[in-house]
Amino acid sequence: MDSINIEGTPKTPTVKFDDATDTLIIRGRSIPENSIDFYKPLIDWLDSFSNGSREQLTLNMELEYFNTSSSKCILDVFKKLENISKQGKTISVKWHYEEDDEDMLEAGEDYNAIIDIAFDMVKVEEI
Amino acid sequence: MTKLKKLYLAKRYVLTEIKEIFDLYDSMEKKNIMLSFKGEMSTDLLTSILQIIENKLDRFGETSKVKKRMFNIMVECLQNLHHHIAQPAKSAGKEVPSVIVMVAKNVTGYSIITGNFVEDREVGDLKNRLEEINSMDKDQVKDLYKSVLAEGKLSEKGGGGLGMIDIARKSGEKLDFGFIPFGEDQSFFSLNVKVK
Repeated sequence: MDSINIEGTPKTPTVKFDDATDTLIIRGRSIPENSIDFYKPLIDWLDSFSNGSREQLTLNMELEYFNTSSSKCILDVFKKLENISKQGKTISVKWHYEEDDEDMLEAGEDYNAIIDIAFDMVKVEEI
Repeated sequence: MTKLKKLYLAKRYVLTEIKEIFDLYDSMEKKNIMLSFKGEMSTDLLTSILQIIENKLDRFGETSKVKKRMFNIMVECLQNLHHHIAQPAKSAGKEVPSVIVMVAKNVTGYSIITGNFVEDREVGDLKNRLEEINSMDKDQVKDLYKSVLAEGKLSEKGGGGLGMIDIARKSGEKLDFGFIPFGEDQSFFSLNVKVK
């Protein structure tokens, strides 16, 4: 399986997979104007993960902001994970939010309500 | 006309302009406008405006919560201006229309103000959507956001109609908006989003 390692920019998050810990990290700001283009490599990577031999994946969501254009793509990422989980692989999602950022906490709760994977809500001082 | 008179008229015209510059400045100053732009929206400009506002909010010592809300709402408002407004007019072969963006500080918080032209045939839909959002309480807006997100329909311009819902949700205030007919088939759409 190919690795994924996308450097963050002021408008797009860092996306990388740490194969030592089976952890996928999405960190930073996600406010691209064309979210579909940005998220395509990640969606493709999840497809190859789905067909690969690895049995578990932890997604660390560490977003500072995301725009509504990203929100649909982020939902697509979770839907992929939901399907992978249904195949029998172990999927966990850690949704990080800064301690005073109730908007980001609520955003995580929204996804958690739509997607059939239990999220861990992780309060952090700073993302 | 003598050369001198021409020069005099030209000078008077310039003087009038100079006076207008101050009037514009003064009116903005009195309304506590932190930033004002009129012209064509672009990706670079959008990035710059966000950067300027972020720096200002830092200097004002705003809480991270206010900064994030402002940033979020500004991203949605500016990307709306960039995508939903400029592109259809451009594809119709017209010149890219100007938009206006202002950010003002007021007693209770901030106002993010935008203005742009919309086609008259789009006004009804937009007005209905905004009125629907305004008729809802906080929880209803949250539920609407979730259902539009879960339905997962992306409009051809992206966003899937989530932008305005998100703006209303983050603002927590009613959306202040209006339409002024302009020309044969367009209206000027103004939006004032308050952030506390």
